[in-house]
Amino acid sequence: MLRRTFPTPEALRRFPFGVADIAVILGMLALLALIARVGAGTLVSFVPPNIMPGISLEPLNLPYYAARSTLRMFIALFCSTVFTLAYGYIAAHNRRAEKILIPLLDILQSVPVLGFLSITVTGFIALFPGSLLGLEAASIFAIFTSQVWNMTFSFYQSLRMVPHELDEAVTLYRLSGWERFTKLEIPSAMIGLIWNAMMSFGGGWFFVAASEAISVLNQQYTLPGIGSYVAAAVKAQDLAALGWAFVAIALVIFLTNQLFWQPIVAWADKFRLEQSAGAEAPDSWLFNLLTVARVPRLLGQALQPIGESINRVMSRMTPLRSPYQTTAATSGWGDRVYNCLLLAAISVLLALGIHFILTTVGILEVGKTFLLGLLTLGRVVLLLAFATLVWTPIGVAIGFNPKLARLLQPVVQFLASFPANFVFPFATLFFIRAHISLDWGSILLMALGSQWYILFNSIAGAQSIPTDLREMAKDLNLKGWRLWRRLIIPGIFSAWVTGGITASGGAWNASIISEVVIWGQTTLTATGLGAYIANATSVGDWPRIILGIGMMSLFVVGVNRVFWRRLYQLSETKYHL
Amino acid sequence: MTNLQTHRALITVEQVNKSFSAQEGKGEFTVLSGVNLTVSVGEVVALLGRSGSGKSTLLRIMAGLIPPSQGQVVSNGTVLKGANKDVAMVFQSFALLPWLTVQENVELGLEAQSVAREDRKRRALKAIDLVGLDGFENAYPKELSGGMKQRVGFARAFVLEPNVLFMDEPFSALDVLTSENLRGEIDDLWNAGTFPSQSILIVTHNIEEAVFLADRVIILGANPGCVRGEVVIDLPRPHDRGCDRFKALVDYIYTVMTNPDAEVTGSVEVPTSALETYPSVELPRSPYATPLPHARVGSISGLLELIVEESEVSVDIPRLAERIQLEVDDLLPILDASVLLDFAEVTQGDVKLTEIGQDFATTTILRSKDLFRQQVLANVPVLVSMIQTLREKRNHSMRAGFFIDLLNEYFSDKESERQFATAVDWGRYAELFEYDASEERLYLPEPVATASGEAVE
Repeated sequence: MLRRTFPTPEALRRFPFGVADIAVILGMLALLALIARVGAGTLVSFVPPNIMPGISLEPLNLPYYAARSTLRMFIALFCSTVFTLAYGYIAAHNRRAEKILIPLLDILQSVPVLGFLSITVTGFIALFPGSLLGLEAASIFAIFTSQVWNMTFSFYQSLRMVPHELDEAVTLYRLSGWERFTKLEIPSAMIGLIWNAMMSFGGGWFFVAASEAISVLNQQYTLPGIGSYVAAAVKAQDLAALGWAFVAIALVIFLTNQLFWQPIVAWADKFRLEQSAGAEAPDSWLFNLLTVARVPRLLGQALQPIGESINRVMSRMTPLRSPYQTTAATSGWGDRVYNCLLLAAISVLLALGIHFILTTVGILEVGKTFLLGLLTLGRVVLLLAFATLVWTPIGVAIGFNPKLARLLQPVVQFLASFPANFVFPFATLFFIRAHISLDWGSILLMALGSQWYILFNSIAGAQSIPTDLREMAKDLNLKGWRLWRRLIIPGIFSAWVTGGITASGGAWNASIISEVVIWGQTTLTATGLGAYIANATSVGDWPRIILGIGMMSLFVVGVNRVFWRRLYQLSETKYHL
Repeated sequence: MTNLQTHRALITVEQVNKSFSAQEGKGEFTVLSGVNLTVSVGEVVALLGRSGSGKSTLLRIMAGLIPPSQGQVVSNGTVLKGANKDVAMVFQSFALLPWLTVQENVELGLEAQSVAREDRKRRALKAIDLVGLDGFENAYPKELSGGMKQRVGFARAFVLEPNVLFMDEPFSALDVLTSENLRGEIDDLWNAGTFPSQSILIVTHNIEEAVFLADRVIILGANPGCVRGEVVIDLPRPHDRGCDRFKALVDYIYTVMTNPDAEVTGSVEVPTSALETYPSVELPRSPYATPLPHARVGSISGLLELIVEESEVSVDIPRLAERIQLEVDDLLPILDASVLLDFAEVTQGDVKLTEIGQDFATTTILRSKDLFRQQVLANVPVLVSMIQTLREKRNHSMRAGFFIDLLNEYFSDKESERQFATAVDWGRYAELFEYDASEERLYLPEPVATASGEAVE
């Protein structure tokens, strides 16, 4: 029962400075050396268009490229976390800021990130002239924008849902703002935050690959990394190199999972809010190693006074919030003025945007993008229907079999975080050989990344159906379609909705790189909004980029409001298990 | 009472009103009105009230967690402007941070006061020792049982050595044996004179618990919450549950609590004649203004069946409560409903079935439905009015929102929903109407569908 409070100091003294410590020290040194070696590469000089870093297709260079990409991922993760903490905190604690920040987050979440690249790349290159840092920053920014929104949303929601009595206890025991943040708010949000960060990180590989080698404004930009390695291999039609890249990315995903996420998940288990012991605590060999070793403990003890004084300084700077002030500050009049100002600002922005588009490309172009949007929407719908028909039965079969589920769930999660664009070249080659139009083929490309969400949510949904309900169904001899209609579909409905929202979001984003694909000198193009944005981006046609992104965001927001939100409410009220 | 007034007042509540504004700007709902209260040095005060009496709100106002709408709270000589420094609270749900160990949880309040680490540790260990949790300093709350968690809650409050210890239904989340044990230990600690606070204020809806622990029981009335009066527990400590005086006090409080309009005199020997008769609730008010007691039909008939089985004609309510392990908040609404429907009479802390009640408790389900319908139509104006409305509509149906809006004139949003839910439960059982929850509409039953047909005509 008290297993978690051990090892006690006595137990540790038995192997003073043991194997575990040596492993930890060596591991730390290796990590530092790796970061230094890889990090130095970001500072090489770069003066476009004359000096551009090249990509060598030699497989021996792959570990270095993979490390560069991974470093980018982690920097982006760090930025996302910092952003999340600040944005979520402000949104949850300032009623007026909340009114802007939350709808804005809703919109930003629906904007196709890849459409942004052209805007940000030019901006960041101007920011760091003569250095590769600009491109580096643009790529990191692209990953950041793909990761950050759901993390922020989760943090904000956790802050709003801090259990009431815990909040009161902390107020009554007079914790300062800083202490409240570090002792109550971050810990209670921790599980959701880590879960979302992990999902985002998995999705981020897709964007790291897409953002390293891009052509923006008639310029081809390349950053050393595994994504640009793939791009170079595609250009050279080098299947062997593609195979190596495939293996390398699979290995990197596996390693980050083992060395980073598993230990964090195991550590974060203590932040679960339910007060009873969980059925099965997550386990990680690295986390166990770190808890057995003495070095981290000694390090922690040495740093404790510093932590204490930081706490003290921060506490002094953030006085405790009085419950009296928060309620006193609600004046109806000020709110009304504020709302009017907000509305005015929004209308001015809207008018400016519409004016810009109408004067540059005209109303006809708007209609055209709308039709293209319908085409892409059709693809997304087909994809979802198809993925549902194929994967829900399989997912339910897996979910009903606990042994199989335990075995296959990590595999499915791995597949979900595997960047689909590494498979694109193989698929493209297949389309060319089999003479399949990309108008249909792009559906498959979009599905490569997003179908897994449907699968693993179906598994989770099937697992959540209580055993007694399944026994009841067996007892009443419910079979086939009747069983599905009465038990399985209602049972997995809310999980399916969650998976569907994620999958459709992913598919919209993927359309930008799925509707135009390249193999050597051959370029396949599908008719759709994704291709429209991709083409506009590569020639640097600003009005069309903005129009395309705007239209796609409208589609995503519209579908979410009209379709997904209703299903979600239905799942919350009627099909809640 | 006189000897208490010589003591120094620690917390004084002066003319406190509290109202919350309802959503959709429909005015305000008063939770507390004109509350005056004093907690002095060396006494244990219990706040006793039914749900809706605002007892938890009052406790939170005194703790400075919620500002009062009018009036003020004076604590240790100063008017409260924020969280009360002289108070530590023990919460119903324990309110422990699950990611901190027992010791870290206990140190929380000291850390906020910037007490040095060594000192913090020493005091925390002392408090942990006091509540008997030695050896669990490094355990996480999720490893502990409910009773042990609440011990941590006590230790966390003790370590601050507050003037007044607040307890918000501290034992109600625990099972019977555990709460009995912990309550006894807290009482022993207080009686031994080594208690880490000067006074205790406990909120409870358990009458026995209040009489057992407190020197004074303050009885709160509901809608809006107000102080009805106080009962001084003039027993030597520790209060002996077996003695007649204890039983008389519990009986008296039950009588007062089952009779919301009775005056609380605090003099227990004299049975006031006002309590003999149950006053009728028929006032010239809207049928939607009188609250229904929140009791499910199943609970009402369950309770009546239990009473029928008793050998005596009239049954002692405290004994009944003890037998079925229901606390006041759960039991009283069921009793109220039985009285409202004229199934039972309550006098002097005893309950007695009427003839109809006996019939209802013993007959078949179909007949009991008829009886229930008959009593509802005779005694519950809300339901009569609802059926009237449904009949007046051509399609014999109405959306739920219409009735909730009518209730909303008199109750808060949440309470209106609850009132409506109770009305629907009763009306459905009596087959007076049907309710479609997904469409949120009430219907009169189709004439074909009703077996007896008399409800529709």
